[in-house]
Amino acid sequence: MKKLSARRRHPLAAVVVLLLALACTGGLYVLFAPTDKAAADETAQSLAIDEGKKLYAVGCASCHGTGGQGSSDGPSLVGVGAAAVDFQVGTGRMPAQQPGAQIPKKKNIYTQAEIDQLAAYISSLGAGPSVPTDAQYGPEGADIAKGGELFRTNCAQCHNFTGKGGALTHGKYAPDLEGVNPKHIYEAMQTGPQNMPSFPDSTLSEQNKQDIIAYLDAVNGDDTESPGGLELGGLGPVSEGLFAWIFGLGALIAVAVWVAARTAKAKKS
Amino acid sequence: MSSQDIPEENLPEEQEHAHGAVGVADEKNPFADPGLPPHEHRVQDIDERAAKRSERAVAFLFTLSMLATVGFIASYVTIPHDRAIYVFPVGHVNALNFALGLTLGVALFTIGAGAVHWARTLMSDVEVADERHPIEAPPEVRQQVHADFKLGAKESALGRRKLIRNTMLGALTLVPLSGLVLLRDLGPLPGTKLRHTLWAKGKLLVNMNTNEPLRPADVAVGSLTFAKPEGLEEHDEEFQTEIAKAALMIVRIQPDNIKDKRELEWSHEGIVAYSKICTHVGCPISLYEQQTHHVLCPCHQSTFDLADGARVIFGPAGHALPQLRIGVNDAGYLEALGDFDEPVGPAFWERG
Repeated sequence: MKKLSARRRHPLAAVVVLLLALACTGGLYVLFAPTDKAAADETAQSLAIDEGKKLYAVGCASCHGTGGQGSSDGPSLVGVGAAAVDFQVGTGRMPAQQPGAQIPKKKNIYTQAEIDQLAAYISSLGAGPSVPTDAQYGPEGADIAKGGELFRTNCAQCHNFTGKGGALTHGKYAPDLEGVNPKHIYEAMQTGPQNMPSFPDSTLSEQNKQDIIAYLDAVNGDDTESPGGLELGGLGPVSEGLFAWIFGLGALIAVAVWVAARTAKAKKS
Repeated sequence: MSSQDIPEENLPEEQEHAHGAVGVADEKNPFADPGLPPHEHRVQDIDERAAKRSERAVAFLFTLSMLATVGFIASYVTIPHDRAIYVFPVGHVNALNFALGLTLGVALFTIGAGAVHWARTLMSDVEVADERHPIEAPPEVRQQVHADFKLGAKESALGRRKLIRNTMLGALTLVPLSGLVLLRDLGPLPGTKLRHTLWAKGKLLVNMNTNEPLRPADVAVGSLTFAKPEGLEEHDEEFQTEIAKAALMIVRIQPDNIKDKRELEWSHEGIVAYSKICTHVGCPISLYEQQTHHVLCPCHQSTFDLADGARVIFGPAGHALPQLRIGVNDAGYLEALGDFDEPVGPAFWERG
């Protein structure tokens, strides 16, 4: 230390002290400064909201109003949440092609990134359900039997026992659930799109929703084998009865006519 | 059965003439009975080889039926009940069911087809005229019957021994009563069962999904929840009987949107509880459209407006859905404030 104090008057001493001080401050800054990641996230979030706002102005504002407040052509979007946006835009229902009793599902023209930006903008207008994660709607830990029970209690009245859909009033209908992305099924239960009532977590828990999705996959999925053969739309006794009356009885009548029309008599011709 | 493979010499030169009662039309009787048309022979009647062929065909069909029955029994014994096979164009089917249906179908069909072929080609096909005659018996026969009857009545002494006659009449009159008594099993009458449900003052509304009592905050606007009365569990013996009357449909409507004053009064902050049983024929009704607040019955399309006292706006239902008056208890849970004030479900004669 003697050496060090002896050199305190060295011409470069000031430079060394300055360097040390700078290093110290820098190190402390690195230690205590707010992490860059959060800052970046925040920036990304506000960027997404900005981008979403632009997309909104192009695709949605004409019906839902410039600030999502709604108009006579479309409901307010304040508080509907990211899940509703992800469902409506992800299934192609929104932006709507034309007003009508029910907006049908169609080809989605937005990328998932754009949908996320729109969702970010809409959820910035008011808190609402967020997009579910894979763990929430995946098949792990789901009880298919319980899901079937819940489906028959809550959903089957409109969507049919195996989710084949059905008619409602004035041109409205409950769509077929076959081949629908589990995420979208989850979001539909959570947000209640169009005339479907919602089933919030307070009355139909996350686990319940997961069970229902697992049940639908079991009865209506790609690997589902129908042991009964010809399903006839899976609509139950109506289509089956119609088939039996038209084709079953029709075949019997045809056979009877065929038997009676052919004479057994020998004719010289 | 076609005529092309019959030797020429075996074909009849000329068909026979008309037979039966033939009249000749003249001026007095322009519509004379033309008789039956001439009988035409079948190939099998003329050609013994064709008859043999028919015989073999019928025997073949009956044999096929026997084989199919054996196949039915064999399928039942050998095919495991859970094997699935792909059958065009039906798709995936249970192998056992398919084999049983197919073999039994063939067994029954070939019996029928064999019988039809037998009757058409080999059994006698000669037209027969059955003349109609009066069915009255000749007078002497009728006199004889009357005399026999009178003699029998006299010999049985029914007219003389009145005690026997009267007790016999009594016995014959009473016997049908035993059948009448059994009709009691159609009852007992429902009494007041149709007018009451399990709902009573203070009973909590329990969510059918979670089996937990509902709080007002659980029920969001636009959501649909089904509830049962507290204390009724699915494994209870009476569960089906009770839930058939007590099932509730709970929705929340913005209080400003409720048009019916009593409905608003009976709700809790816009949460309304309606019977889930259609007032037409009692189907469970819950096709709820959250934007219009209409509820549609899947059976006959009766539609109710839940925002206007659940009045009927379409379909055959005769009454609005009964509303259950609800409130919140001290612990903050939704509770019933009494039973329904009218019978739930379809109307009945004494409903009033």
